[in-house]
Amino acid sequence: MVKLVKGTIEDIELTRAYNQQLIALAEEDPRIVDVEADVGNCIFGPEFQKVFPDRYVNLGVCEQSLSSVSAGLSAVGLIPFCHAFAAFASRRMCDQNYISVAYAKNNVKIIASAPGISSGENGGTHHACEDIALVRPIPNIVIMDPADSTAMRWAVRKAAETFGVFYIRAERLNGYRVYEEDSEFELGKANVIRNGNDVTLIAEGSLILNNCLKAAEILGKKGISARVVDIFTIKPIDVDTIIRCARETGAIVTAENHSITGGLGSAVAEVLCDNCCVVPMKRIGIPNRFGEVGQPAELMEIMHMTDKDIAEAALTAIAEKRRNEK
Amino acid sequence: MKTDDIRELERIAARCRQNVLRMVRANGSGHLGPAYSCIDIVTALYFHAMNIDPQNPKKEDRDIFILSAGHKGMAQYAVLAEAGFFDKSLLDTFGHFKSPLPGHPDMHKLPGIEASTGSLGHGMNIACGVALGKRQDGLGSRVFVIVGDGELAEGSNWEAAAIAAHYRLDNLVLFLDHNGLQISGKTKDVMSFEPIAKHFEGFGWAAREIDGNNMAEIVAAIDSVPFEKGKPSLIVANTIKGKGFSRAENQVGYHYWNPSAEEMALAEKELEDLLMGMRT
Repeated sequence: MVKLVKGTIEDIELTRAYNQQLIALAEEDPRIVDVEADVGNCIFGPEFQKVFPDRYVNLGVCEQSLSSVSAGLSAVGLIPFCHAFAAFASRRMCDQNYISVAYAKNNVKIIASAPGISSGENGGTHHACEDIALVRPIPNIVIMDPADSTAMRWAVRKAAETFGVFYIRAERLNGYRVYEEDSEFELGKANVIRNGNDVTLIAEGSLILNNCLKAAEILGKKGISARVVDIFTIKPIDVDTIIRCARETGAIVTAENHSITGGLGSAVAEVLCDNCCVVPMKRIGIPNRFGEVGQPAELMEIMHMTDKDIAEAALTAIAEKRRNEK
Repeated sequence: MKTDDIRELERIAARCRQNVLRMVRANGSGHLGPAYSCIDIVTALYFHAMNIDPQNPKKEDRDIFILSAGHKGMAQYAVLAEAGFFDKSLLDTFGHFKSPLPGHPDMHKLPGIEASTGSLGHGMNIACGVALGKRQDGLGSRVFVIVGDGELAEGSNWEAAAIAAHYRLDNLVLFLDHNGLQISGKTKDVMSFEPIAKHFEGFGWAAREIDGNNMAEIVAAIDSVPFEKGKPSLIVANTIKGKGFSRAENQVGYHYWNPSAEEMALAEKELEDLLMGMRT
């Protein structure tokens, strides 16, 4: 069971939590190696390199090779954690991730930092608006977007201990703690972090989960009881929790730091459709457009991803639900 | 190496070419030209050079062969079957529904296949990872890779060329199957990377050029690796696409072969005659 933090506590960057956990795991397991394509410095990689200089492989700026070299390291029994910015870990590495890594059933962990709009000031080239959409069709891959440092540490340990391909998104922004350190997660299990009966807000990742919690407060002031779910694992997705929330609340809003095409919203819609459990639903996320330069807060405004946008989407879904009930 | 031993390797290579024809016959078609150009090299690797055990294909200190140009897969299947990694009757399933012998090799379907390849430009990088990992275990494993000359246009190969040299992977040996043809024409007309050896030497490799269909030259080159301590080795193997079937040799149209019964019979007859002549 997860245990929720009470009150507002600032969190560390999730990439720092990732790196701390990787160092701890590498001390336990000599098979773990950190493979980088030049940008390890952006996620505290040199700290790993300092402790394990022989297990830190920097290939230079070549993400395609990052993926295939990691596949080769896996083929001889090592456990490579390879890292690139999410935009390149997905778009640039797509074929290598698919064939060298996944089709070949290698034991590679792909760490995708700065997902979605969180690389704001770098502009549209660095926004990973579509990484989940590119990775999600890969059979058997596990996709996670941990919402805080506790969830990240658990995800990294689970990835190290489980043979297979993991794609883990890692925010570089300072968010807020959600889970107590002794929380127990499950792979493929979403976490209800706020109870409610009128609508379910399903979020992925730190940035947007925070907006959903604020949206629930806004809705509460209007007398609406909103449930908030942290999906945690995008693939395999928690079908049971999604269906239960659809049946119990009758309306759903998904919110993601990703394009509304092919990401969490699409995945949830697929679950509802495939289980003949369609309820009024709205998707919040990056609309059909390219990225833009700006701070994440500014970008969320123009992309309609704020707490107010989520609350408004919830009201629309609830109105539709009530219309259907008549 | 003795002349008799070279002759024996040549006989094995001819039998492996027969295995290729068996697969083409089973499926109705296949990448004959690419398989035939590199099959002498693959034969020398498995029957002369590599530390392998067909009864224990995963033994820890083995040498590892990665066929980056996965479409040449029939060459590897033919040699693995000849070496006893699996029963030759499986050759008759090539390309069939759920066969362990797909058109491009799958490391989880067949013993002896070390990498799932087919999307070009992956194998060299996988080999770099394997060579890096294997170097650490101290068991002395070597990694052999075959890349096609047309495949060099995939830029990821040049990333791997840099990586192998930077990490001083002298346990890595690359055979560049330089048959000069690719699907759309002559490689020098489509996209030239000449002089190939010089380019790799510029990256920090040690390179040699050989006749890649001459068994004595192949064996001599393999016996000399690493050419320089601390450097990955490149063997530019000048080959003839389709080597072993007169009609196919140096013909771009035989990259993928869909033979008539008459043409198949002719190809089989040529190999039978060749083997007959080798008996003495």
